[in-house]
Amino acid sequence: MIPAKFDYVAPTSIEDALSALAEHGDEAKIIAGGQSLLPVLRMRLNAPEMVIDLGRIDSLRGIRDDGDAIVIGAMTTHHDVLHDPLVAEHAALFAKATAELADAQVRHRGTFGGALAHADPAGDLGAPALALEAEFVIAGPGGTRTVGADDFFVGLFETAAGEDEILTEIRVPKHTGWGAHYEKFVRVVHQWSIVAVAATVKLDGSTIAAVRIGLTNMGSTPVRATATEEALVGLEATEDAVREACSHAADGLEPPSDLNGDADYRRHLATVLSRRAVARAAGS
Amino acid sequence: MTKIELTVDGARVSDEVEPRMLLVQYLREKLGKTGTVVGCDTSNCGACTVHLDGRSVKSCNVLAVQADGAEVTTVEGLAQDGELHKVQEAFRECHGLQCGFCTPGMIMQTIDLLNENPDPTEDEVRHGLEGNLCRCTGYHNIVKSVLHAAGVES
Amino acid sequence: MTTTEVSTSSNTKTPEIGRDRRRKEDQRLITGRTQWTDNITLPGMLHLAMVRSPFAHATITNIDTSAAKTATNVVTVVTGAELGEEQGSLPNAWPITPDQKAPAHPPVAIDRATFAGEIVAVVVARSAAEARDAAELVDVDYDELPAAVDLKEALAADADHGPLAHPDLGTNKSALWIFDSAEAGTGGDVDEAIDKARNGGIVIEREYRQQRLIPAFMEPRSVVVDPTGEQVTMWSATQVPHILRFLLAAVLGIPESKLRVIAPDVGGGFGGKLQTTPEEFIAMVLARRLTKPVKYTETRSESLMAAHHGRDQWQKLTLAADEAGNVTGLKVELTADLGSHVALIGGGVPVLGAFMYNSIYKFPAYQFNCQTVLTNKAWTDAYRGAGRPEATYAIERLMDELAAEVGVDPLVIRKQNWINADEFPFTSVAGLEYDSGDYDAATERAKEMLGYDDLRAEQKQRREAGDPVQLGIGVSTFTEMCGLAPSRVLGSLDYGAGGWEHASVRMLPTGKVELVTGVTAHGQGHHTAFSQIVADRLGVDFEDVEVLHGDTAIASKGMDTYGSRSLVVGGEAIIKATDKVIEKAKPIAAHLLEASVDDIEFEAGRFSVRGTDQGMAIGEIALAAFAAHDYPEGIEPNLNSEATYDPVNFNFPHGTHLCAVEVDTETGAIKMRKYVCCDDIGTIINPMIVAGQVHGGLVQGIAQALWEEAVYDDAGTLVSGSFVDYLLPTAADTISFETDHTTSPSLTNTLGTKGVGEAGTIASTPAVVNAVVDAIRHLGINDIQMPCTPERVWKAINGAGAGGAEPTVPDAAPHFDHDSNQGARQ
Repeated sequence: MIPAKFDYVAPTSIEDALSALAEHGDEAKIIAGGQSLLPVLRMRLNAPEMVIDLGRIDSLRGIRDDGDAIVIGAMTTHHDVLHDPLVAEHAALFAKATAELADAQVRHRGTFGGALAHADPAGDLGAPALALEAEFVIAGPGGTRTVGADDFFVGLFETAAGEDEILTEIRVPKHTGWGAHYEKFVRVVHQWSIVAVAATVKLDGSTIAAVRIGLTNMGSTPVRATATEEALVGLEATEDAVREACSHAADGLEPPSDLNGDADYRRHLATVLSRRAVARAAGS
Repeated sequence: MTKIELTVDGARVSDEVEPRMLLVQYLREKLGKTGTVVGCDTSNCGACTVHLDGRSVKSCNVLAVQADGAEVTTVEGLAQDGELHKVQEAFRECHGLQCGFCTPGMIMQTIDLLNENPDPTEDEVRHGLEGNLCRCTGYHNIVKSVLHAAGVES
Repeated sequence: MTTTEVSTSSNTKTPEIGRDRRRKEDQRLITGRTQWTDNITLPGMLHLAMVRSPFAHATITNIDTSAAKTATNVVTVVTGAELGEEQGSLPNAWPITPDQKAPAHPPVAIDRATFAGEIVAVVVARSAAEARDAAELVDVDYDELPAAVDLKEALAADADHGPLAHPDLGTNKSALWIFDSAEAGTGGDVDEAIDKARNGGIVIEREYRQQRLIPAFMEPRSVVVDPTGEQVTMWSATQVPHILRFLLAAVLGIPESKLRVIAPDVGGGFGGKLQTTPEEFIAMVLARRLTKPVKYTETRSESLMAAHHGRDQWQKLTLAADEAGNVTGLKVELTADLGSHVALIGGGVPVLGAFMYNSIYKFPAYQFNCQTVLTNKAWTDAYRGAGRPEATYAIERLMDELAAEVGVDPLVIRKQNWINADEFPFTSVAGLEYDSGDYDAATERAKEMLGYDDLRAEQKQRREAGDPVQLGIGVSTFTEMCGLAPSRVLGSLDYGAGGWEHASVRMLPTGKVELVTGVTAHGQGHHTAFSQIVADRLGVDFEDVEVLHGDTAIASKGMDTYGSRSLVVGGEAIIKATDKVIEKAKPIAAHLLEASVDDIEFEAGRFSVRGTDQGMAIGEIALAAFAAHDYPEGIEPNLNSEATYDPVNFNFPHGTHLCAVEVDTETGAIKMRKYVCCDDIGTIINPMIVAGQVHGGLVQGIAQALWEEAVYDDAGTLVSGSFVDYLLPTAADTISFETDHTTSPSLTNTLGTKGVGEAGTIASTPAVVNAVVDAIRHLGINDIQMPCTPERVWKAINGAGAGGAEPTVPDAAPHFDHDSNQGARQ
């Protein structure tokens, strides 16, 4: 239960953190909230020589209004996201998914940016990030760059952030007035998602004017169900009306097979959960 | 070694620790706060739950160095002047424990839960404890204890 | 010494037995004032880390410990070859047949690793972290061997067509144990009954899987050994300190008098801590070698991998009945996975089920065959219920199948076949004498609690409407045998020890009482319940009784805690010890009260002279015995007693458990809606504690039905090796229960008590699976293999057919995968 030895530094600015990263290269590991990293270190599945703690960099924490978007600092805890009025108003899907993420203790400690950067395909924030078309602000030695959600998730536990870069904040375009639902399927609640569907819907009366859907654990990265979104526009927002459109939500996807279900079962689940997620996001 | 200073159960403490030392190890091995226990290595069981700056966390999933400057409360710091905390009292009253190993974590999480939601429904209690495993009670009497502490009679 | 008047208050004292006393144990446990083994630190204490085989089966060709040995703060590194004979071979206390094959079991493997997780080297260092660091420096060369993983394949394997778990044995078969009612004279010939049923009657043939489970007590196992005193002291998170001491002495050749074993606070056991473990033997050997205290505390991953598992059986079952559904015969062909070695009572656990397959039903003919099989997986042994949950599952599932075949309600078919209340005592076809019970009363009460008829109506409605969410009602009318056990019965089963229990009462001069019991608690509330018994028997205050246990230097004799025996066997020893104290006090009281012994009466804590108001409290007698100034001739000056009780029979709790589940036919998800049970466990000492035992047992049994399984991949690696993948339920996955009782006091002990520790676990698993199958039986499904995962349910609904008995998921990978890149950077 004890990690292998490592050195530790807790810089107080992004610049210092970047210098530490530059100095230690791939021997270093960044710790944000540590809720995914520490179990990995304790089971000695990974043994970095240097751990760089972002916990003392105040500027990485907090949520602010930035005109047509809200900006969530990477070190903002899940708990703070869950209870933030800006998130509730403009990015409700993140609030819904965060409520289903891990447990209270982990939400107190774990961070928004940390979970996204960990890029576990079974993690609960990737699919909403895709659905809300979030932008990832990444600081590196050459300055800051912004990557769209579609490009951020590269592979299993792999993101667009380079070895020498740090995810600093996430810009979420405002989805004010959009309904949202995160439909998570697990056998026991403390499990990672077997499959989950993040859906956010803009209604025009009772019909779907716009819809965004992200799928959790349906591949090596979170997946956007673009074709299904297109098929849904203009439909009545009820389970029956969206049934056919959602029945193709998993077409062409290659989800994992494990103790909780094989790929076929996951593909089936994705269709049922998509239908339910869209209907509930629309408030029916 | 890194020097840390923090407050644990109201007392100022300071030690040199290895960065890899977990907060729970620090509590148990350096401070003798053996009331807080370790039940797993994946942060599923919640037996090690303490309060860090007033919020429940799993102390097996926090490095001691990360707690530098913080205020920590363990199950040993709850009773004041010999008076049990109402949540401790409720667990005894409702038989919310058997072997007692998960109990420190359950009690600490319950206090956090009730701080946030003083008047929970049974469903809210059950979901509020989703980060804590118990193998003895089947949770029935734990849930009852939490509702009892909240003043809700089930 | 003066006499005092009889106080009225002591006569009107509320009886303690039957009272919801809040637990004495809790004050410490809720404030963190605890004595877990891992809390112990001793001067100069060294720490052990285990190097474990990553392979299920491999020859160890070389172990290079040089780098580890020279690491900072490492004291020594030892291998199995180096320990040699000194480490002994772990004991098997229950060879079920004379020709049972049981490979030698060195605590540290010597030349061959036989399961993934087996210890191949041990590092001793000044800290646990440094021991773990150095363990990673131990370089072991393995030649991988074919591993016997799948139970059925292992059964079929032989020397020519392996793989064999232990090639030198030439087979994986360990022992074949048979009970036949025709041979035993307890019933007819089962094959005749089946043949007859094939012509005009009903034959139900099924094969059920009892998946492998992990006890998963919350406190990981921990052991500390201090060799610095005259007695070497071992603290261990064990259920069985007495058995452990005896076996450490017997195996290692240490005089038993030189050993003291203490089970301090122990965080759950459920059978999982009744093992004598490699880690305990290693700690003992190394502490004695190094003459320093040593400690070993396992991680959860190690615990899941190497502490013993439970269940893991295939059950081939044939039930015969006449056309009307009256049962005529039952044949059981059981294959049980022992894992890599025959554990302490691992071979006997499936045999414990032999007496329970017939359950509460009047089978005229019965045969039970059990083949135990060695594989390259973790060893199996007792897990809550031990043999009886498997049996109960099989028969309760079969009775549902019979009801479906006959076309009647599952409760109707049961009632038609069960033992009626006026038929007790009843000798079962398995040869046990059931002393008491009333299955009808418990069932009627449970039906009322569930709202059985209303739910059946709702079920019908949902079926007719084709509701995507279907409702199922599950039934389990169980009994079990508990209170292990009459020593002569154990002897007849070749079990290696007796089944008696011991207690002693020590009256202190201040009137306080120490009760010393040979059973040992790990959550059961012995301090409280036993205090209630002693308070009633001796007429002392509940608060004045202290219960001591779990330390061989204090409780010199004991058979420890398992098999729902603490109250029904240990409690009877307490009764006998308190009776002896009373008898012992009488001549002292007579002397002090200047009366004849024959005129001394004892009631409510007072000895009084018949027909007078002269009397003395028992505490006053204790003080007189302490001073011994004015004392009768020939009586020892103490008021202590000892009693050893050997039970005359098992006892037979029973009950009716009913549950309602909703099955989402679109996803296969199962949601429990209601669970009620009416148990008959005889006289209840503390209803609150009993309810707690039932609740906890229920969730463990429900967890077998729905969630838990220890899964190995084809190579023999445990996939469900952490709590991420071995799915224990949380509060959010379970519901509140409704429990009630009927009471048919046991006739085989003074208080009329029956065991309760395992009842919930035994009863609930079939109730839940019966409910799941009931919800979707109209879709042509008659089984779902446990655990009933949503995937299995959905696949059964979508055409996979009736049989749920497929192998476990082929694509098995843990969430924390050693091979995947856990390389996230933040």
